Amino acid sequence: MAKVVGFNGNAAVAYAMKQINPDVVAAYPITPQTDCVERFAEYVSEGLVDSEFITVESEHSAMSACIGAAAAGGRVMTATAANGLALMWEMLYIAASMRLPIVMMVTNRALSGNINIHCDHADTMGARDAGWIHLFSENAQEAYDNTIQAIKIAEDLGVRLPIMVTQDGFIISHAVERVEILEDEEVKNFIGAYKGRYPLLDLNNPVTYGPIDLFDYYFEHKRSQIEAIDNCLPVIERVGKEFGELSGRNYELLEGYRLEDAEYAVVALGSTCGTAREAIDSLREKGKKVGLLKMRCFRPFPRESVIEALSPLKGIAVLDRSVSFGGFGGPLFTEVRSALYDAPSRPSIINFFYGLGGRDIYPEDIEKALEKTEEVVKAGKIEQHIDYLGLRE
Amino acid sequence: MKKPLEIRWHGRGGQGVVTASRILADATLREGKYFQSFPEYGPERMGAPVKAFNRISSQPLRMHCGVTNPEIVVVIDPTLLGLAEILEGLDEKGTIVVNFEGSPQELREMLGFKGGRVVTVDASQISRDILGRVVVNTSMLGALGKVLPEVSMENLLEAVRSQFGEKLRPEVIDKNLLCLTKACEEAQIDE
Repeated sequence: MAKVVGFNGNAAVAYAMKQINPDVVAAYPITPQTDCVERFAEYVSEGLVDSEFITVESEHSAMSACIGAAAAGGRVMTATAANGLALMWEMLYIAASMRLPIVMMVTNRALSGNINIHCDHADTMGARDAGWIHLFSENAQEAYDNTIQAIKIAEDLGVRLPIMVTQDGFIISHAVERVEILEDEEVKNFIGAYKGRYPLLDLNNPVTYGPIDLFDYYFEHKRSQIEAIDNCLPVIERVGKEFGELSGRNYELLEGYRLEDAEYAVVALGSTCGTAREAIDSLREKGKKVGLLKMRCFRPFPRESVIEALSPLKGIAVLDRSVSFGGFGGPLFTEVRSALYDAPSRPSIINFFYGLGGRDIYPEDIEKALEKTEEVVKAGKIEQHIDYLGLRE
Repeated sequence: MKKPLEIRWHGRGGQGVVTASRILADATLREGKYFQSFPEYGPERMGAPVKAFNRISSQPLRMHCGVTNPEIVVVIDPTLLGLAEILEGLDEKGTIVVNFEGSPQELREMLGFKGGRVVTVDASQISRDILGRVVVNTSMLGALGKVLPEVSMENLLEAVRSQFGEKLRPEVIDKNLLCLTKACEEAQIDE
């Protein structure tokens, strides 16, 4: 029987970590993630988990310790945000290259400067090419559910890659909401026992991790890494379905909302998808055929599912909460637009930047984006590919 | 979808507005409703004006934007009454609940708030009498509870017990519960 509690996103993930009971957690506190790690540290000190909790002097050390522990054969988790993630940078690539199934919660926060502690997606978008799987969460419930699924996905023998589960800093991490939690036993059975592959601590079968790898084999190893992450999509789908059978909450790579007969849609990540549902319902009441495509899985990018969902539309507003400076549009826009190049029919696409540094976004902003997109399609010509929501000019 | 009930809390850093908002969320959970409770976070600033928000609904809450047009505003520190933002976005049929030693009519005059409901309670005095110091958040929950049919007094009391259960001594918890019930009784309403 599911129990309903009031949790903010940080508490929800800390609770999931308690139920997962990983062998090792190495983490360093950073706003807005701190609350999550503090709660987990309490579980450790109260003896409610068996985890070895390693306090470290920086995020670089946190990820290094996670890599060592995972290579040794342990089930390993951590959490960070923003500049903390940036400080992990080189180690992120190493974790992925070694195929270590580390699960990390990231509370999305702006990367300075100027100094800002609030939500945007600059941190994880900057890490999008590091070889990690990226799952975005719309609310505290999804942050909890995604964390549990991430263990099973990362450890699947067809995957064996690290995963970032993200939630919007403050907006989700610090907002208390209704969250349905599973029983400890249910989580334990769902994720199963962990067995490390080629663990360093298996002294009878000695292995080497991270040796020098120059022009003779490095390229082949990267080629196999490309294949590894591309092959994750069916596993993420399967685990999402299995989680649905357990909890009643089914998860897919992406989720369409009122898309069936839609002519226009917004594409978004994270908490904005919830706000967008309000905008969609309000425009639907006015007779507009609009919908939402929520991207849950951003890495690997589910290209075929995106084409299938968006190709029939007339116009799309892609909402980006981070900038790729000097690039043509934000990270989500470039991915969506590139995927649609091969689509049987190609909708018009406009990129809207919004919400940098925690600037709030309201249903009316999203309605405006959809209305502008409709105007562009009716005019038959895109004058401006890049636009902004909630910005003073 | 029907608009959820939205509440905005005003206080100063350290006075417990975020805690009050969370206790209310816990009480709404006990009612079987959907709820959100979130603070307006800046850098942590003891003594500076801070806000917290609640949403309450019988349907799932999906929006994650701020509250701009609250139906109820609660002010736990009377020294904030001069701020323009106290009445900002408050519906003219809305309710304002204030820690105030005077009558609701006096407060109405002072704020120039013509419509809706004005609720006053001298929460500072109640907490001084019962707790021996001015910590008014549980008293203000009592005053709010008087005009909040969505949440029963039993669930508010239970939420206070649950919030403070591991943090405060039983006698201090009992005093907080007394603050809550006393403020609910003493709160004056001007419709």
